[in-house]
Order: sequence, then C-alpha cells, then structure tokens
Amino acid sequence: MDTQGKSRRSFLIESVSGLGGVWVAANYPGILAAEEYVLEEAKSGQPAEFAFFTRDQAIEVEEMASQIIPTDHTAGAREARVVSFIDRALVTFDSGRQADYTQGLSELAATSRQQFPSADKFSDLTFDQQMQVLLSIEQTPFFNLVRTHTITGFFASPVHGGNHDKVGWELLGYDDALNHEAPFGYYDALPQSRG
Amino acid sequence: MRQYSPQEEVDFVIIGSGAAGGIMAKQLSTAGFSVVVLEQGGWGKYGHERDYTKDELLNRNPNLEDRLMSNPSTQRNTFRRTDRDEATAGRHSYGCVVGGGTVTYGGSSWRHLPWEFNEASTVGTIAGTGLADWPITYEELEPYYTQAEWEMGISGQRIDSPFLAPMSREYPVPPVPMKSSGALFHVAAAKLGLTVVPGPLAIITQAHNGRMGCVNCGMCSGFGCHVKARSSSAVTVIPIAVESGNCEVRVRSYVREITTNNSGQVTGVTYFNAQEQEVFQPAKAVVLSANAGESARLLLMSKSSRFPDGLANSNGVVGKYLMLGGGGGASALFEHPLNDYKGVVSGTGIVDYVPSDPNRGFYGGGRMTSRGYATPISYGLGGLSPDAPRWGAGYKQALRDESRHKMSISCFTSQLPLETNRVDLDPNVKDEWGLPAMRITSQSHPDDIKNMEFFRQKSIEVLEAAGAKSVWAGPVRDSTGGAHNRGTCRMGNDPNTSVVDRYHRAHDVPNLFIVDGSNLVTGGRNHPTMTIQALAFRAAEHLVRAARGGDLSAGGGA
Repeated sequence: MDTQGKSRRSFLIESVSGLGGVWVAANYPGILAAEEYVLEEAKSGQPAEFAFFTRDQAIEVEEMASQIIPTDHTAGAREARVVSFIDRALVTFDSGRQADYTQGLSELAATSRQQFPSADKFSDLTFDQQMQVLLSIEQTPFFNLVRTHTITGFFASPVHGGNHDKVGWELLGYDDALNHEAPFGYYDALPQSRG
Repeated sequence: MRQYSPQEEVDFVIIGSGAAGGIMAKQLSTAGFSVVVLEQGGWGKYGHERDYTKDELLNRNPNLEDRLMSNPSTQRNTFRRTDRDEATAGRHSYGCVVGGGTVTYGGSSWRHLPWEFNEASTVGTIAGTGLADWPITYEELEPYYTQAEWEMGISGQRIDSPFLAPMSREYPVPPVPMKSSGALFHVAAAKLGLTVVPGPLAIITQAHNGRMGCVNCGMCSGFGCHVKARSSSAVTVIPIAVESGNCEVRVRSYVREITTNNSGQVTGVTYFNAQEQEVFQPAKAVVLSANAGESARLLLMSKSSRFPDGLANSNGVVGKYLMLGGGGGASALFEHPLNDYKGVVSGTGIVDYVPSDPNRGFYGGGRMTSRGYATPISYGLGGLSPDAPRWGAGYKQALRDESRHKMSISCFTSQLPLETNRVDLDPNVKDEWGLPAMRITSQSHPDDIKNMEFFRQKSIEVLEAAGAKSVWAGPVRDSTGGAHNRGTCRMGNDPNTSVVDRYHRAHDVPNLFIVDGSNLVTGGRNHPTMTIQALAFRAAEHLVRAARGGDLSAGGGA
C-alpha cells in the first residue's frame, strides 16, 4: 500500500471524507489504522501502552484467551500476543464492542467470585478453576465475542498485533509464501483413473 | 481515458462493468461507438493489481477504497421465502468494482450443455414451474463460448464426454495442477465408475494475452488477484475498451433510472455520482448489465406514465423466475496431509450427475467439485470437524491434527425457474440513496431440495470411497441467494412471457438491451459466468450490426 509519505491514518481520513458519507461502510474501521499503530510500535521498539484496556483488564483478557487457545508444547494465545490484537481492535475496527468488554469482564469477575469465593477475579483462579468458570459461560455472547477475537487475532497477519512470530500459522502448518508449486500434498501424484 | 461530457449524447451507456458489461464495452468501443460505462463500485486495484491485499483480516473488513463487493448495510436488500412472509434484512452482496464479480470469483467456467437449452421439450415441462426452452440453441452459442474462452483466458482440458459440452476448439491454456483433493476424486471415481475432469477456470496457468500464470497463492476466491492470473473483465476486456479511446468508465456511479421519452424510447440514464449529485447521461441506446438482481431492480424503478409498472415490464415478467444457486456437500479428513489451501479453490469436478435422471425420482442435476480448507481465520473460526471442541486444549489439538488433512466437496445445483421466486422493490426499506431496496422472494421447488439432498449423499459416498478417515455433512438448507443469481429478465421469442428477444433487445423498448445473468432461461448447473460471457459476445455482435444499420431506434429484428 502506497501512502506516499503521508501517514496511513491521514491518507484514510482524506480518502473517506472526499467521498460522501454514503460510501463509508457501516463497519468502517480503520484496520489500516490498527496496522499503523503496530508499525509505529515496532519502530519505537517499545511495547505500546494498551489503548483501551487497563493493565488489569488486559491481564483478565489474556487469561481468557489462553484458555481458548492454551499454551502446551507449542505457543498459545498468550505467546501470540492476542491481547494486543484485541486491544487494537477495540480502538479501531471493532470499537463498537468496547462496552461489551467492560461489562463482560466485570461479570466474569463476579462469576469467578460466586463460584470460588476466595478469589477476587478470574486471574486469581487456577487453570482448572478458570476452565470451570468458562464452561459455565461458554454460551454467552461475551464468551463468543472473546473466542472470535482470540481466534481471529491468532490467525490474522502479524501486522495486526497478534499471531506473533506467525505461531498461529505454524500451528496449522500454513505456509504464507503465497507462491506454491505442485505437488502440494501427499496424494497429488496418485495414479489416476483417467485424464 | 476518453472523457465525455454529460451534455454529450453518446452511442451507448452500459450499466455495469462485470462479466457481461466489460465484454459489451470492449466490443462496442472497438467497433467505433462512443461508450460510457457506469459502475457502482470503485476502480479497485485496476492497473496496479499487485496491490491487491492477501491479508485475510483486511479482506474481510475492507474500507471503502478496498471494497470489492457491495455492502448490504448501505446497498440494502431484503429476503423472504414466500409472499406470506415479512421480508427481513438480506445479506445479498454482488461484485461492486470495475470488473464486477469477476474480480473476486472462484473462476468456474463451465459451459451449459446442449440439452440445457431445450429441456422443456426434452425432459418435459414440470407442473408449477416455468421451465422453458431458450430461444437459441447450443450450436448458435458455441462459437461465442469459444471466443469468450480465448479472449478472456480460460484454463481447462477439452474432453469428449456426454457430461460435458462439445467444444470446437481446445482451451487456450492447460488446466491448473491437480491437487490432492482432485487425486482423491480419481480414487473414488475408479471405485464408483464416475467421470473426473479438471474444472475449466478463468485462471490462466501460463502466459496468455500478455498476462502471467497463477502462482497458487491460495488467497483466491474473494480476494483480488495480485498477479492478474484471474481472467476478470478488469484485466482483459476493459483495458482494451479504455485503450480504444472511445470508452469512458465512470466509477461510483449509482444509477437510479433509465429514462424514456414519449415515444417509449430510452433517452439515457440518471445516476448519482460519488458526490451524490444527480447526473443525466444521454445515450442513443442503453445496455443494462447490472446482474440479475440489480438489472431487475433498476427496470422496476424506471417507472413513467408510459411504463407505469417499470421499464420493459408490460407483461409483468421483469424480476420473475429468479434462480438462486443451490448446493449440498460434505467434508472429510484423510490420513496424510493434503495442504489443499494451496492453489485455486476449486480444481476438479465429477460430472456424471449433471443431467437429470428420472430414476432419481425428481428433476435436477449438478456438479461436484473438490475443495480445500479455508483461509486461516475462517478455518479457525469454523473449519473443524463437528465433534471437535470449540476452544481449549482439545480445540488446539484438533487444529493441529485436522487442518492440512481436510478436503470438502461442494456441489452446485440451480433452482428451477418459478414465477413466484423473484426480485421486486421492497415497499418499506430504502437503500442509502433513498431508493427502494431490492426484495428477494425465494423458496425452492421440492425437487430442488431433493436434488441437494441427493448431492449431499453422493458427496459422502465419494469421500468414503476415497478412503476418508472421517466424513461429515451438515443438513441441506434452502437457498438464500449469493453470487449466482439468474433469471429475472428471461430471454424468449414470445413478448408475453419473456423480457428480451433472442438478441437481448427488450421486447417493449427498441433501444434497450439487457445482457447479463438475468437473461438465463434455465440456470444450468449453477456456475453461470461462462454462459453470460458467451451471450455477451453474441449480443455485442448483433448490436454492432444493428447500430451500423441504423436499427437502434426503429425496432424490429436485429
């Protein structure tokens, strides 16, 4: 994408404002803006402060994400930095979901305390206790939102903040070369009945 | 690019730049006529195709500049099964960029078979349906199929089979490499006695007409092609039209009316430009190529005292006989990796069930195609086998175990044409421009449902015969629309029962030509683009002849 020296953000704003409101997609985002955010962070070499989450909220979200895609002998949502993806999503293309997180996290803490009175919040629980709490809310819209965001962040291009070091693609055995030569798989060269 | 002033009357305005509109633009402009093409969408990455994103997240959530499909939240539409139901918000979305749906389609390029042009005579009419013969034969259309295959660039292999259309010439480039999913089709076919063929695809495999072959990137259907291997209108016919010096393409032009005069002839079109200003572009004739949904909607919106029910609609047929695509299929896991995410989406077909067979107990047929797993995000969200956990350690292990081992079969069927299935104007919902939203009313004929169920069962059978470790298939569901809408302005000899004549001229309006998937009398076995392209080349040839003979406004046969 050629930004011709302008920041991606100003490029986007100009191109949108020149066109009249009707052409702006209703879900109009700024995924590109999110990408810019990541690139700026990379340039500075410093991890960005979370743009939406408080530090405490980020910890809770990361605990949830790493239940959804746990760490075993390979990287999970935590190592993939899915929480960074979600944080950026919530200030860019999915900013409409901010309240869902604020409310959902507060309900998650309440559910955790209800099921395990000694705990103050979800992250205080052991891995198995966390799983038990999530099993009790896995049909809720909030859980499914976090699941969708976690999986999306795990498998989206690393330029969006998650899938760090392409660990998501590695899990799938997905080669992102975008240029492949046959044979692609084990069966390609099987004897053929015709043709 | 040539620019015309809206004060200037041009020979032709073409509405839409997709499969048909692009071909019409090239054929008319290179014949020396002045042409303005009005496209709802933008340029996309026209002329700098390497900038098409392969980023799945960006592609799923495009901003305006990168949007390649219409946006149902502004280009609104509604859907209902029957007239008794209240229509609710629909998700119909169509190619909306220079090149239309051909910019992002999977590229399947099957011809209709000869008998599909006269099934009513051969199979017999079916009570309660509008199954009818076409006014043209396969033999009449065959040269134009060949022309389209060579000019657009279709890869494939000419095979002599009762299940394939006979071809007068080989494809210009060979088929895509066979993937594991295709090889497994062959394993099953050998056991079941079925016919496997490489799918004809609008994706070139080696250099052709100045473009290079596919690099098997795998981010294919739904994405723009960054190496220009997909033979879309935007990299084939439209550049030739533009270079002719006679054709202007105006993007972000949202047509609201085809205007007529007191003698019932078209005078031009009125559209909203990108600044939402209304522009009138006069023309000697109008070619409507906006797809089966939008073409019908625009005709129905073009009301006047002379045409109170919409243009070209004195018989009330506009919008009716809408045919949606249908399907049925199954997925499976195999012992070894297939890596089917590499390469094109659909490479190989089983074609034995294309013809209808009375022994099955219903009318219908279709094609089975092999498919791989989806791109990573959509695979992670919904690609696993149904028993796999949705999250947690089991979910992660299933991703690891299944992803490279999966293949699917997608079968392609078409609805029977029914008068009650149609596009009309929603009386309550307006689009972002204040125009009536498209309303789709569609319920499949019972035979269509039986046909889909037949293909679901056949898909399971084929995957088991191929040696799958596990097979699953969701229930068949009635169609809700999508990319392959056809019908709505059917072609015919009888002005009482069809909208256009055998040369695509509206029966009611001598200088209005409708050329797109709306003309299809029967749906074929779903994938309509090859037939739309052949029809467009044929229509253009007759239109050039008619225009040179001064016959655009006089009426009568071309």
